[in-house]
Amino acid sequence: MKQSLFTIKENVALTHDIMKMVLSGDTTDITRPGQFVNVLIEGQYLRRPISVNDAIDGELTLIYKIVGVGTEKMAKMTPGEKLDILTGLGNGYDTEKSGDRPLLIGGGVGVPPLYMLAKQLCAKGCDVTVILGFRSARDVFYKDEFEALGAKVFVTTEDGTAGTKGFVTGVFGEAGDYTHTYSCGPEPMLRAVYNTSVTSGQYSFEERMGCGFGACMGCSCKTLYGNKRICKDGPVLVKEEIVWEK
Amino acid sequence: MGEMNRLNVNLCGIDMDNPIIPASGTFGFGYEFAELYDINILGTFSFKGTTREARFGNATPRIAECPSGMLNAVGLQNPGVDAVIARELPKMKEVFHKPVMANVSGFSLDEYVEVSSRIDKEDCVGWIELNISCPNVHGGGMAFGTCASSAESVVKAVREVVKKPLIVKLSPNVTNIVEIAKAVEAAGADGVSLINTLLGMRIDMRKKKPLLANVTGGYSGAAVFPVALRMVYQVAGAVKIPVVGMGGVSTAEDVIEMMMAGATAVEIGAENLRNPWACRDIINALPETMDKYGITDLSSIIGAAQP
Ligand SMILES: Cc1cc2nc3c(=O)[nH]c(=O)nc-3n(C[C@H](O)[C@H](O)[C@H](O)COP(=O)(O)O)c2cc1C
Repeated sequence: MKQSLFTIKENVALTHDIMKMVLSGDTTDITRPGQFVNVLIEGQYLRRPISVNDAIDGELTLIYKIVGVGTEKMAKMTPGEKLDILTGLGNGYDTEKSGDRPLLIGGGVGVPPLYMLAKQLCAKGCDVTVILGFRSARDVFYKDEFEALGAKVFVTTEDGTAGTKGFVTGVFGEAGDYTHTYSCGPEPMLRAVYNTSVTSGQYSFEERMGCGFGACMGCSCKTLYGNKRICKDGPVLVKEEIVWEK
Repeated sequence: MGEMNRLNVNLCGIDMDNPIIPASGTFGFGYEFAELYDINILGTFSFKGTTREARFGNATPRIAECPSGMLNAVGLQNPGVDAVIARELPKMKEVFHKPVMANVSGFSLDEYVEVSSRIDKEDCVGWIELNISCPNVHGGGMAFGTCASSAESVVKAVREVVKKPLIVKLSPNVTNIVEIAKAVEAAGADGVSLINTLLGMRIDMRKKKPLLANVTGGYSGAAVFPVALRMVYQVAGAVKIPVVGMGGVSTAEDVIEMMMAGATAVEIGAENLRNPWACRDIINALPETMDKYGITDLSSIIGAAQP
């Protein structure tokens, strides 16, 4: 974990409530896709955990949803402004487990971290398939970016205004055979993917956090491998350890 | 006079290089922070509240943000005293070489007695901090600390079985904290620490429901500082035993105010969660801040603001 100041280079809207922020700073502690950073926002007490969309050579890209006062303030920030960020948080995805034909499934604000993962898997020579689930056509983002990496992309929307109507699990059949499942999104979606997927997999969870680095026990969850902290031992859990509670 | 001597304090007979103590529940067993800086620069730290059995704690969400502070309803998640002794303390000793403060919690008088007497035998433990003030568990914790007679009986019972200095951690969720402080002093406490968190809640407006799964949680962080300072001042003016002050401390200035109010040492909680280097930064800032206010050594200002 590292604390450093990042400078905003770009902060633009991707949809009506999804923003993309590109920053420059020290990205050396970001070692795996699926990790997150914790952003201190002026006037907010707790930092905001945000997944890493991409990190290369001192350039950090965050894609975030405007959900409350903290992210509203972030959305109003302009190039040149600085942010205090803790980097290198969370375990991230293990790309070694992918096999030749990994299937990546993201829902809503769970889509962004899959980008860095897809990029690494494509670079490794995998045949990558991605399913992106959204509520409606106006919520869709990053389809083209995944395609540009060379991944095969399916889009689903709940109301059918873009891609296939329904949920992400509805297009598993079309997606063909796959060797490993990577997923990130809201818990009901993760659960549906877990029940539909026939392979081993890695699932990234979200929880309200205090510190983001394993000190406060705010984001604990039960697993078959014992109690874990989503922020430090997660956010990625392997399929065989997951316990569904709620 | 060297910098170390300027910051030196003595808490219940044990010398400390400085009065800075990360508060229980915000510092684990130290080793997450040992990866970030040498935690031996601390006066000591208070480890996570330990109970007889392992506890998962409350359902999530158990954290909520507030203006200048946070609510937590962790509910004493800890691996239980056996695992703390067998697993956590040996790991802690690799990175921390000073006497540690052992935070003990419980749900019955028996449990407080048993956990305290076992922890007391550990070499690395300097002080026992008896938490009779956790607001996030039912049927224990705060129930002992909000009634003078039950506070007195639990302290008496624990006092009989422990040799180490016994510091009793008090709840601010009472009508008269001075009365409780006097009761635990009379029962044999060697010190008191205060404040634990203030009972609070938030509502999720979209769901029209309490935000925390536990409904209520403990409020702490910068916002509670004036309340905590007032209570430290009142208690320090009424008891003869040392007072450890905490609640909302986030700067070297706050430390000095707490000590002037009567604190011998100062704990820092929530601030560690926003800035993991907070305690190191405060220790580094103390000499310069003392110079600014014409303070030569910290122990000379303890209770300076008392009438
Ligand atoms: C996440 C969290 C967990 C806590 N857990 C404990 C605990 O296990 N035992 C205890 O005595 N106090 C616990 N506390 C209370 C703190 O030790 C401290 O009394 C309180 O937070 C006030 O200080 P602060 O404003 O600096 O945070 C906890 C506080 C927080 C924020």
